Amino acid sequence: MSELEYPFDGAYLLKKRKSIKRELLARIEQLEQSGTKILTKKIAVLGGSTTHDIKDILELFLLNYGIKPEFYESEYAQYWNDIMFDNAELSEFKPDIIFIHTSTRNITSFPTVRDSAESINAMLDNQFSHFEQMWSKAFETYKCPIVQNNFEQPFYRLLGNRDVWDFHGRCNFVSRLNQRFYEYAQIRENFYINDIDYMASCYGLQKWADPFYWHMYKYALCVDAIPEFAYNLANIIKSIYGKNKKAIVCDLDNTLWGGIVGDDGAENIEIGQETSVGQLYSEFQTYLKAHKDLGVLLTVDSKNDEENALAGLNRPDSILKPDDFIVVKANWDPKDLNLVETAKELNIGNDALVFIDDNPAEREIVRAQVGGVAVPEMSAPERYINVLDRSGFFEVTAFSADDLSRNEMYKANVERAKQEASFADYGEYLKSLEMKAEIKPFAPIYMSRIAQLTNKSNQFNLTTLRCTQADIERVAADGNYITLYGKLEDKFGDNGVVSVVFGHIDESEKILFHIDLWLMSCRVLKRDMEFAMMDSLSAECKSRGIKKIRGYYYPTSKNKMVKDFYALHGFARVSEDADGNAIWERKIEDYENKNKVIEVNK
Amino acid sequence: MTREEVFEKLNEVFRDVFDDEDIKVAESTNADDIEDWDSLSHINLVVAVEKEFGIKFSMGETQKMKNVGEMVDIILERTK
Repeated sequence: MSELEYPFDGAYLLKKRKSIKRELLARIEQLEQSGTKILTKKIAVLGGSTTHDIKDILELFLLNYGIKPEFYESEYAQYWNDIMFDNAELSEFKPDIIFIHTSTRNITSFPTVRDSAESINAMLDNQFSHFEQMWSKAFETYKCPIVQNNFEQPFYRLLGNRDVWDFHGRCNFVSRLNQRFYEYAQIRENFYINDIDYMASCYGLQKWADPFYWHMYKYALCVDAIPEFAYNLANIIKSIYGKNKKAIVCDLDNTLWGGIVGDDGAENIEIGQETSVGQLYSEFQTYLKAHKDLGVLLTVDSKNDEENALAGLNRPDSILKPDDFIVVKANWDPKDLNLVETAKELNIGNDALVFIDDNPAEREIVRAQVGGVAVPEMSAPERYINVLDRSGFFEVTAFSADDLSRNEMYKANVERAKQEASFADYGEYLKSLEMKAEIKPFAPIYMSRIAQLTNKSNQFNLTTLRCTQADIERVAADGNYITLYGKLEDKFGDNGVVSVVFGHIDESEKILFHIDLWLMSCRVLKRDMEFAMMDSLSAECKSRGIKKIRGYYYPTSKNKMVKDFYALHGFARVSEDADGNAIWERKIEDYENKNKVIEVNK
Repeated sequence: MTREEVFEKLNEVFRDVFDDEDIKVAESTNADDIEDWDSLSHINLVVAVEKEFGIKFSMGETQKMKNVGEMVDIILERTK
C-alpha cells in the first residue's frame, strides 16, 4: 500500500490507522483465499514506557509486508518483570519474537560529578547486567529472537559539550552503555538492536524526546515520531522472516548518471568528479555498488540502445561497470516486460525486486503492471540514497559468507547456461561441471545461512516451513532429528549451502521418519543435487534403523514445481486432501542411490 | 474561523480517529459519549486535532479539557 512506503505521512497513518488496518486485512484475506500462505507471527511487545500506538502502527507496516501479527503487550513498564518472573500470560502466548521497548528513560542511575571512575564503572556494569540477565532468561525460556532498543542520547547536557567525553557525563554514560549492548549483539545470535539512537538523531532529538509526551502519556518518544519508529522496527522483523528484497533493477539516464546517453553521447553525461551533479551520481553509484557485497543483485532496465548503455557504464569514471550487473536489459521494450523477464532469468519473484527510475511515468507503469515490486519515489537525485536507505529493503539482520559472493554465483550460472548449450547430452553436461558436494548435519558456521534459506526459498520448498536461527539450532541439537545441509561447488565456482533437509523420528513408531522440511535453492535446479541429498538422507535413516520415510507436500502459490517431487524419488502417495496437501511414503530397504554425477564428501 | 467551522473540522477528525462515519460532536460531547474514546485513543485524538489546526496543546490545556466545547475554546483562542 503506497501510504505505508517510505517516505510516508506519519500523521495520516496515526489518524487513519483503523481504516487502513481494515483495508490491509481485507487484502490479506483475499491473498489467503487465492492460496497464498500468510505468515502469522506472535510478537511480544515488552515496554519500559507506553507502547499502545507503537503496537498499532507496527501492525500496519507488518500487514503491509504480508506478516499477520498477534500481539502480547506488557502492562505499563513491566518489560523486566514479565520475563524475570515468568508472567503466565506471556508464557502461554509463546512469542515468536520479543521486542523490548526501553529508552534512556529506563536507565535507573546516572553518574554525577561527585562519582569516582570506579563507581561509574560499577554503575555501568549494574545497568548492563539488568538487561543481560533479562535477555539470557528470555532466550532460555522462549528460544526466540529478541529485538532490543538501544538508548537515545539524553535530551539535556548538564556538562554542556563536556557531557559527551567526560565519564561523569550522561551522554558519555549512554554511549558506553550502548557500546555494551553492541558487544553483546556481536556475540549473541538472534539478538537484534533497534537503533533508536540513529532514529532520534535523524528525527531531531529535541522533538523526539519532547518531555511533554513522557510526563503526559509516559511515551519515551513523541507520538509524531511513532510511525518512523515502527517502520524501522517492522523492517527488522520482516528481514528476520526473510522478506527482504533481493535485487535492484536500475534505469540509467538521470538515475545512474545525469543526462541522456543516447542524445548527449557517453562523453557528455554527468558522472565522475568534474561537476557537482557528476559527484552526486558518483556517490549514488558507490552506494549501489556496495550492495553487491550484501548479496543484493544489480540489473539494468533502460530504454536505450544497448551499445549506448554500455558506453555510459564503460566510462573510466563510472563507478558501476557493465560487469557489476547480472542482467542488462537496454532496449526499447516496455520496462515492466523487461523487469518480469529479469526476475525470470534470476529465478526470483517479482516481489523480490526494487525498481529505481527517475521518471514518474515509468514508475507508474511498473507499479501498475507488476504486483509486489517495490517502486520507491526517486524524484530528486540528491535524495536517492536517503530514500533507498531509509526504505530498508535490504535490512541486514543475517549476514553470511554467501552474501559476499552471491553476485559471482549468479554470474557463474550465466556461464553454465552457455556451456549447457554446447552439450548434446544433459548427463554429459552435468559430468563436465565436475560437481562436488558436502552433505552433512547442520554445522554451527552454517546456521545463519540455513535459517536464511528456510525464509527465502519459495519454489523448491516442500513444506515452506519458516525457521528462525533459534529453531534451526534447536533441531540440530535434538537427537530425534536428522538434519542435513548440502553445499555444492563445481568448476565455475562455489554455490555455497543450497539445500536444507531435516525431519524427525516418529515418537511412538521408531522405524518411521517424518521429513519436516526439504528445500533447495533454485540456483542449482536440474543439477541432481536433490538426488544426492536423498541418497544421504536414506543412508543416514538406514544407519539409525529407520525403515520408512514419510514426506509431506503443502502447496503454496509458488511451489508447484515440487508437486511430484516425492513421486520422482519413488515414494507412493498415501493421501491427499482437497487443498492438495499430500502425504507420501517409501520404504528404505530397496532404496538405490540415484546420484551419479556429484562427488559427495570427498 | 467560526465556531461552526471548527466543529465541522473536528467532526472529520473524530470520524477518522474512531473510524466511524456517523460521529457528530457537540459542545458537551466527552469520552463517555463515544465508545472507543479511552485514555489511549485520547492521545491519538489530541495529536490528530493538533495536526489539523496546526497548534500544540500545552500540558495544562490537555489536562483541563472536559469536553469538545472546551477543546473548541482553546482552538479558537490559539488560531486567532
